[in-house]
Amino acid sequence: MNKYGKITYDGLITNNASFKLVLGTCAALGMSSSAINGLGMGLSVTIVLLLSNVLISLLRKVIPATVRIPAFVVIIATLVTILRMALDKFIPDLYESMGVFLPLIVVNCLILGRAEAFASKQPVLDSALDGVASGLGFTFALTVMGIIRELLGAGSFFGLKLWEFSIGFFSNSAGAFFVYGICIALFVFITDKVEKTFRKKKSQLLRVDASAPLEAPAESAEPAKEAE
Amino acid sequence: MFATILIIVVSAIFSQNFILTKFLGICPFLGVSKRTSSAFSMGIAVTLVMLLATLVTYPLYTYVMVPLKIEYLEIIFFIFIIAALVQMLEKVIGKISPSLYQAMGIYLPLITTNCAILGVAELVLVNDLSGIVSGLQGGMNLGFALLYALAAGIGFTFSMVLMGGVRERIEKLPVAKCMKGFPITMVAASLMAMAFYVFTLIKF
Repeated sequence: MNKYGKITYDGLITNNASFKLVLGTCAALGMSSSAINGLGMGLSVTIVLLLSNVLISLLRKVIPATVRIPAFVVIIATLVTILRMALDKFIPDLYESMGVFLPLIVVNCLILGRAEAFASKQPVLDSALDGVASGLGFTFALTVMGIIRELLGAGSFFGLKLWEFSIGFFSNSAGAFFVYGICIALFVFITDKVEKTFRKKKSQLLRVDASAPLEAPAESAEPAKEAE
Repeated sequence: MFATILIIVVSAIFSQNFILTKFLGICPFLGVSKRTSSAFSMGIAVTLVMLLATLVTYPLYTYVMVPLKIEYLEIIFFIFIIAALVQMLEKVIGKISPSLYQAMGIYLPLITTNCAILGVAELVLVNDLSGIVSGLQGGMNLGFALLYALAAGIGFTFSMVLMGGVRERIEKLPVAKCMKGFPITMVAASLMAMAFYVFTLIKF
């Protein structure tokens, strides 16, 4: 796995914002009532995250270390303000359904977290990719939760009515917490299982052709992750 | 008048609980609720900052930003006001009461990026009371905004303390490996939210 592959994999799976790091929980719980809401919120956060990562990475040599947090907050708040105006103009339905969660993207820990942990130290291209990967990881989580809650709570899929059967529990707040908890547990369980199988296969492969020098550098990302 | 106050308070604490119904301030709810005592300190700190933030942001928005037509700057202004207030509060509490500072000082910096504070500041920016409690009649003013902020803070503290108690018990229980930590906390929160759902059935 090369550097860009690793950044993408980390953002989507290893450090999945919602299911692994449990960041941005307010938005994840509040906006997962339907698949389209989850997707809209996820993509909005992805756009802000991409732009903020790029801007912060470009400005990382200009911003003094002592005032970096306020500077990041100004950048993020400006981007959210622009996003809010754009959504109000072009997608008013989504603007209505996001309500108070739209301005609250400013205090989404995911965005400030990526700015502080990644974009303030890395070059622009890496930061942009990291922003997109983390954002899409968040979008994936919200959309999955939205699909589950919409299917069970309203009997529809992206607004398309499938059946009349519905369980009210999943469309109110208790269902949000429940689905989120179960999703975290399942995600961690599945990724652990998959990674374990891969590791086992890889160690078998390495044992078989231990003398192959070409394989070793390509796989170097994996042991590093194990060490973490 | 009295009925309006009562409805706002009851709905902000119970039926529209900030954590369990509106999903605002989940981060401290998951992060600082391991002990009842720390949950209580965090709740009080949040309530205090909520009140102060509303006291500054509501008049600023209504009397300065709306007449000057710069409403679009609200997010940037509000986040800075909250950050400055938190810093000031930290200094003031440190000077006045070192023991109180010991108890809740460490929670104050966390509050700056708390959705609940910015959430209250944004939610009270409505023209009439039906914006904060559906079905309520009447015009919005600073008094109601502060009352709503106070009640929301009390509701926040209430569910934080309840969760602290629940988590103290969960720690001693044998939980399946993949459900340990956040998942089981979420399921416990789900059961609490179900209990709070009953309050939404109250019709005023």
